[in-house]
Amino acid sequence: MLELIMNESLGRVLVIVPAWNEEANVGNTVREIRSRAPQYDIVVVDDGSTDKTARVARDAGATVIPLPINLGVGGAMRAGFTYAQRHDYDAAIQVDADGQHDPAEIVRVLDGLSSADISIGARFADKGDYEVKGPRKWAMLFLAGVMTNVAHTRLTDVTSGFRAGNRRAIDQYVRYYPAEYLGDTLDSLVAAVHAGLTVTQIPVAMRPRAHGTPSQHPIGATIYLLRSVFALGLALMRPRKATGGSAA
Amino acid sequence: MIIAFGIALALILVSIVVYMLLSRKLREKYAILWIVIGLVVLVLGIFPQLLEWFTVALGVQVPSNLLFSLAILLLLGVSLHLSWEISQAEDEIRRVAEESAILNAELERLSRRIDQLSMPTPEEPETPANPAA
Repeated sequence: MLELIMNESLGRVLVIVPAWNEEANVGNTVREIRSRAPQYDIVVVDDGSTDKTARVARDAGATVIPLPINLGVGGAMRAGFTYAQRHDYDAAIQVDADGQHDPAEIVRVLDGLSSADISIGARFADKGDYEVKGPRKWAMLFLAGVMTNVAHTRLTDVTSGFRAGNRRAIDQYVRYYPAEYLGDTLDSLVAAVHAGLTVTQIPVAMRPRAHGTPSQHPIGATIYLLRSVFALGLALMRPRKATGGSAA
Repeated sequence: MIIAFGIALALILVSIVVYMLLSRKLREKYAILWIVIGLVVLVLGIFPQLLEWFTVALGVQVPSNLLFSLAILLLLGVSLHLSWEISQAEDEIRRVAEESAILNAELERLSRRIDQLSMPTPEEPETPANPAA
C-alpha cells in the first residue's frame, strides 16, 4: 500500500531500453514492459544496429532513438537520459533489451527511488539463482566491496544495468556518462556519488538471456576483471567535482 | 652532400606545411609544431656546428645521440597530442550522434502527429461539411 503511494509520487517515468542488434529479443521485451507496466513510456535506443532492431521496436509500440553509429551502452544510455531530461520525465530506468531484466521487477526497482537518487536492481542480494564463478566472480566481489565503501551503503552488484534514477540522477547522467566499456556502470556511479547523489539497491532475480549466451570463458573473464579494476581505479582517482546539482 | 640533403628536407617540410595551411588542409594548432620542427631542421642543416656545440654544452657523448633523443622526444609529443585530439573528437562525434538520434525520434513523433491531424480519422464515416462538393 505504502509502495503504491510512493510510486505514484514518482510522476512520469521513462523506460530506456538500449539495444544493439537485438531484433530477436527487443520486440518481446517491449511488449512485456508494456503489459507489466503500461503507465510508463518506453524508448528504445537503437545503438547503430545493422539488423531490424529499430523496426521491431517501433512495431512493438516503443519510441525509437536511432543512433547513426554504434556508441556502446554508455552512449545509448546518455542519449536516453538526454531525451528524458528534455521531455521533463521525473524518473528513468534502464532495462536491457536481451530479456535479462524482468519487467515485472521495474516497479520494485523504481520504489528504491523513494529513499535514494539512484536505485540498482541487484542480482546477488539473496534472490534469484544467477550464478557466476572464477575470475568474473572475484571481479564482481571486488567491485562490490569497493563501491560499498564509496557509496556508504551495501552494494552487491555494481555492474548491473538494471538501474533507475530520479531527476537529479538524470541531470548528473546527462552531464557525465562515459561511453567506455564498464565506464557506463562503474564510472558513472562513482561520479554520481562524488557529486553527492545517494544510491540504494533492490534485490531482483535476473533471467537468462532469451537468445545468445554471455561470455563465461576464463580468459574473457580475467580480461573483464583487469578492465574493471582499471576503470574503477581511474574513476576513484578523478578529482571530485563540486556538487552542482542545481547547475543545468 | 648530406648537408644539402638536410637543407632540402627542411625546405620541403616547411613548404608542405605552408601549402597545407594555405589550402586549409591543416589547422593552425597542428601546423605550429611542424613549422618549428621544419625550422630547427633547417637551421641545423645550414649550421651543423651548432649541433656539436650543443652536444658539448649538454655533456652528451656523440652529436647523433642528441639528435636522435630530440627527434624521439618530439615525435612522442606529437603522437600524444594526436591521441588527445582524437579522444576529444570522438567525444564530440558521440554528442553529435546522440543529438541527431534524439532529433530523429522527435521528427518521427511530429510527422506522425501531423499525419494524424491531416488525415480524416477512419472511425468517422463522412465529414458533414464538404466544401469541395
